[in-house]
Amino acid sequence: MLSRTPAVAVVVVVLTLALMPLAGSRYAIDLATQVLIYCLFALSLNVLIGYTGDVSFGHAAYFAIGGYACAILLTTYRWPLVLALPASIVVSGLAAAVIGYFCVRLTQIYFAMLALAFAMLVWGVAFKWKGVTGGDDGLTGILVPKLLENHTAYFYFTLGSVAVGVALLWMICHSAFGLTLVAIRENTVRAGFIGVDTRKMRWGAFTVAGTFAGLAGALFGMYNRGMYIENAFWTESAQVLIMVLLGGIYSFVGPLIGAAVLYLLQVVTNQYTPYWPTVLGLILLVVVLVLPDGLVGLAKRVGGRAARA
Amino acid sequence: MSTMLKIAGLWTSFAGFVAIQDVHFDLSAGETHAIIGPNGAGKTTFFNLITGRLRPDRGTVNFEGTELVGLAPERIVRMGIARSFQRINIYPRLSVFENVQVALIAHAGQHWNLFTPGRSLHRGDTADLLRLVNLGAEAREVAGELSYGKQKQLELAIALAAKPRLLLLDEPTAGMSPQETAGTIALIRDIVRARGLTLLFTEHDMSVVFGMAERISVLHHGEIIASGTPDAVRNHPEVKRVYLGEHAIG
Amino acid sequence: MTLPVFLTNVFYGLALAMNMFVIASGLSLIFGVLRVINFAHGMFYMFGAYIIFTVTKSWGAPFFVGVLAAGAGLAVIAVVIERFLLRRLYDKEHLMQLLFTFAIVLLMSDVAKMIWGTDQYSVGYPPALRGAIRLGPTIVPQYLVFLCIAGPLIAITMWLLVDRTRWGRIVRAATQDREMLAALGVNVPIVYAMVFTIGSALAGIGGALAAPRIAVVPGMDATIIVECFIIVIIGGLGHLWGSFLGALAFGFVVQFGAIWVPNWQDVMPYVLMLAVLLIRPWGLLGRPELSR
Repeated sequence: MLSRTPAVAVVVVVLTLALMPLAGSRYAIDLATQVLIYCLFALSLNVLIGYTGDVSFGHAAYFAIGGYACAILLTTYRWPLVLALPASIVVSGLAAAVIGYFCVRLTQIYFAMLALAFAMLVWGVAFKWKGVTGGDDGLTGILVPKLLENHTAYFYFTLGSVAVGVALLWMICHSAFGLTLVAIRENTVRAGFIGVDTRKMRWGAFTVAGTFAGLAGALFGMYNRGMYIENAFWTESAQVLIMVLLGGIYSFVGPLIGAAVLYLLQVVTNQYTPYWPTVLGLILLVVVLVLPDGLVGLAKRVGGRAARA
Repeated sequence: MSTMLKIAGLWTSFAGFVAIQDVHFDLSAGETHAIIGPNGAGKTTFFNLITGRLRPDRGTVNFEGTELVGLAPERIVRMGIARSFQRINIYPRLSVFENVQVALIAHAGQHWNLFTPGRSLHRGDTADLLRLVNLGAEAREVAGELSYGKQKQLELAIALAAKPRLLLLDEPTAGMSPQETAGTIALIRDIVRARGLTLLFTEHDMSVVFGMAERISVLHHGEIIASGTPDAVRNHPEVKRVYLGEHAIG
Repeated sequence: MTLPVFLTNVFYGLALAMNMFVIASGLSLIFGVLRVINFAHGMFYMFGAYIIFTVTKSWGAPFFVGVLAAGAGLAVIAVVIERFLLRRLYDKEHLMQLLFTFAIVLLMSDVAKMIWGTDQYSVGYPPALRGAIRLGPTIVPQYLVFLCIAGPLIAITMWLLVDRTRWGRIVRAATQDREMLAALGVNVPIVYAMVFTIGSALAGIGGALAAPRIAVVPGMDATIIVECFIIVIIGGLGHLWGSFLGALAFGFVVQFGAIWVPNWQDVMPYVLMLAVLLIRPWGLLGRPELSR
């Protein structure tokens, strides 16, 4: 079931975020920027997982492609941001369209593995194409427009971009297209029998997901002033996957919550102990054993019980 | 009456096991036709072959002049053939309303619309269709949590949402109580008459079969061993021997 | 390329393939029966390497004791994981099982760090196998010959086990229909536990065997698990001889890739996997029904 966020809550969240730089430290602003980027990244993946039912182990590829494309256009070719950003989004969308065309011919675990294979290929290309991508040294010294060099300015830019991204994804996920995707997730065979070309629609979903991941990646690269091949490695894909699952795949806002929670948890944990993998592993165990519909699912169940009490 | 569906020389086998052998079958427009046969006779396989879920090894399936073999199920649906399934095949986590709504959206070709909220489309038609199958009150319930009988009604609604001219129902009253069965039969008869549908259905309940069907075909080990009016089939010696056996026929 | 050089490379490729086969066969076996892709398989391999290091270097035991210890150690770990955790997930969606194995990876990686730290270790060749042998026009290390013998031996042993024993028949039946098997009175959980244990032990043994030739270091699990995936995908998930074939393909692609396309050698395995998935997603020896 698709869930609805009351408009009021949305306004509150956005306002809080918009006013934050007035009260928060630079560290908080930076953190918020990163969280916003990963929120968008996770949301894009859920178009595939939550709405279409296709689990991809290779979503970081489009994050990386968007990030590298934007970085290269800005730095190597000196394009203005107003051209580089849309272009990098288009590039990642195209990559997703091409790769997705092949991936949707398979389902389930084979789909996941093929998506992973392509993602590792992207990683490999980023690794080897040292001249263009900087290889394992990374692409550093990304030229960000003067206007955005200030941390607060970049935060607002990210907030605006992510807000647009989220709004567009909201529209898409709740459109007739989105509803049909959910039908495909629930019962792919039946969806075929109501006249839907399920493979083509899954392809569409894959492309949409990759496009918005590319936007997140572009924002990340500029924030980070650098893109590194780790951003394309399967561990990055795994992490965003966990974010989505932790939040809850059956709601629109689930991935947003999961991304925020996981990212902040990681930052906090890293300050006290080097054993973040253990924490992440335990979280994953809990989700898998007890919370398959994530934190949002848990909240719904608790809320339901409270309402009945 | 014109021939709507013409099947000739249909063969299919799975790993050496011949499921459908040399089936010839004609269905006239507006006819109500029942396919009966023991379990494992190949009834569902037959439906799968017609609707494109399976591809036959040999043979032709001709629907109003167009060859169906080789076409994907979604294309066949768009040509006017819809089916229900023997085992419940709905969208469990969607609401009853959404189950039908998404089918109407697909039929209208709007499933690629990325802008219009899905919830707002075809609300009236969805409500009408739900009322027609007596699920109006359950519109908001989660489909997976309905009782079996109501899920079967939902199956019917989803099939009807595709506005078919040929309706294939695979055991529409399976697992139903006598009351539910009677209700479902009356409902199907009304809908078929009102919409001028051609109906092809499979059933185990003989009272349903002989009560509804204008013509009956008997499938046994993948072959059609008899086909004709209910009386002709009832008295067919091969059929009596193989299938109806000692059962008293209603 | 001269004949001696060619043969040397063939041998090195073969040795690599056999080592990889030992590891990948375990992954394939676990998937074939449990239908679970064990992401932790690479971590088990790493533990195998760490164990043989501890047993041979720190405790001074002979190499082959180390190999056995690696197998036994991983068997114990696998039993514990299966009994207390994995068992609860058999009825859940495959995604959940996959993620569970990934959680194991995360947990075990920190355990490894706690026990062995982040230093790089090396394991020496067993004294008996330190030399080289002349094979026709070429000279190859004895250890590689050992690998080239051990690999097929293990393959044949597994094949006999699965194909010729009653236990094997049960295992094969379990891949087809778990419920029917339970209905026939077979203790399916025990079968699953045994398969998971054997598969994991193979990973440990593979890691121990690989230890002399590589650096034992954190992160070695990440590359190996992807390589194992490539092999079992190529060969066909769940198919023993498929893994053998896949390992051969992998070994030769890597070995000759380093010579023919040195710049892109790291990418060659992925290209290979891509090619297989695009043309024959169920692998060279797999069955189509699993891929749709």
